[in-house]
Amino acid sequence: MGGPSVRTGLTTWRSTVGSLDPMIEVTNLTKRYGDKTAVDSLTFSVRPGIVTGFLGPNGAGKSTTMRMILGLDRPTAGTATVNGRPYAEHRAPLHEIGALLEAKSIHQGRSAFSHLWAMAATTGVPRRRVEEVIDLVGLTEVARKRAGGFSLGMGQRLGIASALLADPRVVMLDEPVNGLDPEGILWIRNLLKGLAAEGRTVFVSSHLMSEMALTAEHLIVVGRGRLIADVSVAEFTARAASNTVRVRSPQAAQLRDQLAGPDVTITSLEPGVLEITGLTTDQIGDHAAESGFTLHELFPQQASLEEAFMEMTRDAVEYHATTTTTTRAGASPGTPGDELAEAGRAA
Amino acid sequence: MTTAIAPDLTARPERRDLRVTTRRVFRSEWIKFWSLRSTAYTLLGAVVALVAFGLIAASVTSGGGTFEGPGEGATDPTDISLAGTQLAQLVIGTLGVLLTAGEYSTGLIRSTLAAVPRRLPVLWAKAAVFAGVVLAVGAVAVFGAFFGGQAILGSDGASLTDPGVLRAVLGTVVYLTGIGLLGMALGALLRNTAGAVTTLFASIWLLPGLMQVALPDSWNDAIGPYFPSNAGSAFMTVSPGSDLLSPGAGLAVFAGFLAVLLGAAAWQLKRRDA
Ligand SMILES: Nc1ncnc2c1ncn2[C@@H]1O[C@H](COP(=O)(O)OP(=O)(O)OP(=O)(O)O)[C@@H](O)[C@H]1O
Ligand SMILES: [Mg+2]
Repeated sequence: MGGPSVRTGLTTWRSTVGSLDPMIEVTNLTKRYGDKTAVDSLTFSVRPGIVTGFLGPNGAGKSTTMRMILGLDRPTAGTATVNGRPYAEHRAPLHEIGALLEAKSIHQGRSAFSHLWAMAATTGVPRRRVEEVIDLVGLTEVARKRAGGFSLGMGQRLGIASALLADPRVVMLDEPVNGLDPEGILWIRNLLKGLAAEGRTVFVSSHLMSEMALTAEHLIVVGRGRLIADVSVAEFTARAASNTVRVRSPQAAQLRDQLAGPDVTITSLEPGVLEITGLTTDQIGDHAAESGFTLHELFPQQASLEEAFMEMTRDAVEYHATTTTTTRAGASPGTPGDELAEAGRAA
Repeated sequence: MTTAIAPDLTARPERRDLRVTTRRVFRSEWIKFWSLRSTAYTLLGAVVALVAFGLIAASVTSGGGTFEGPGEGATDPTDISLAGTQLAQLVIGTLGVLLTAGEYSTGLIRSTLAAVPRRLPVLWAKAAVFAGVVLAVGAVAVFGAFFGGQAILGSDGASLTDPGVLRAVLGTVVYLTGIGLLGMALGALLRNTAGAVTTLFASIWLLPGLMQVALPDSWNDAIGPYFPSNAGSAFMTVSPGSDLLSPGAGLAVFAGFLAVLLGAAAWQLKRRDA
């Protein structure tokens, strides 16, 4: 009805839909491994009905945060709740949250079917549903083969199947596109949107801002274990939108003269192509039309999202002051002493 | 407006009961146990070890020879027919280790604990499945070895109704199950297959010998009977010698080791990061 025509395979199973209250709530969550602070006083919440992206460079603490949400790792400080309670307190845990973790979490000697069937058995999910999720992720052909022989992408599909087993209200996936082919990436993008449209809470980590911009509606950005931004994708894109516009025209030289101005920078990397900063696509298009120039291309530079993301995460602390929802006043960038002091306060 | 998103929700007639129960966790562990081909082969290996060595030992003895191999030196006909116990415990103990340590080495533990975040039911269910299977398979193998061995020994053989014989035969089944569970507890504690197997068999075979060398005789006589293997011998031997505990005391000591190690494994499972 209405929503994306994506088969999530869950509709015949659906028994609950979230209210609009946050379904994952992380409060002052901190995890230290020895003297390494993996997650540093992280606070955010994830709402149902939309896809929320969890972004951050390598080692930012995304996977660690997800493991703590699932109760696999014990927080050094702070709390994480799923649907209002610590995960371990739920009577039907797999129905509350279905997760794909970063590392393979299967026994290589078992078949995909047996693995899922054993997981399903813990919570009374029938065999029919196991077959259903296997079909859904496209592993039907290999379901009875040893999972040890699976490719990276097949392993990811198996993990996604196990996440969807018990009709979860929250779906949490750690880098699901990792190892998927283009067709698989498109499939998962639609799957996630479909799950969100059904009212579920969808929380997905990624390194790729461009991927998240296509899939997610909201973003949680972390760096070095700390919250950098908690913004909508629209806001992030608007803020990040580069003012560089790429123009291709047979009259590039004339257009260049026409557009030149005090606040406008124009570079040309190849004949007939201009990179223009300081004017919007609208302004450029209007100018060109007035002068009767032909434009073959006119678009804002797409790479800017990724650049903005890298810029944002380059120095976690620097961005504390500029984001709206960060909870901590910025310390001077990255002095070890400061980190320790902060950690001490959090404990 | 959630109604706009999911208009068919209230119309859903069946609302499944998706709670995790002890029964369900047991069922899950049962599926896991039998869905690894290596498990069944290993069990078969233990059966073959028990029966084959029992028959060989009985044949050698009935031919007037002295059996050299695992369990050598036994003179009692029951003990002779159960000579394979030494090897079978190696197989079963290793299987126990694999069942728990394997969860960690493969990463499966994260799926397991995500499904059962209370954690402890997993350990109890695993232990119950394994104990049940080893009791059943072990009983078949041990009785098989006993009857086969006695048939070969003929008139020198023992009967189940002779004093201590039934206790020794059943004790062997219990001992094998216990060693399997000890392996399971060590595998869960150390999370490492090689480490847990080494620890298990060092404490069964090496430690008693080492102590004999390292400790003065009087100390060794006092401590020796309390080693798990010697405590086991106390209830597996038809007439335990004076250097062993009584069968009842042996069983109590053996069960004590098991309780302590399983308890430690449970405590750690509950506390440590997966
Ligand atoms: N079990 C552990 N023991 C010690 N250090 C750990 C452990 N798990 C994570 N870390 C450290 O914590 C930090 C955060 O790691 P984490 O895997 O959560 O990052 P991530 O954001 O998921 O990175 P990636 O994008 O590469 O997956 C890293 O520096 C990592 O080395
Ligand atoms: Mg990660």
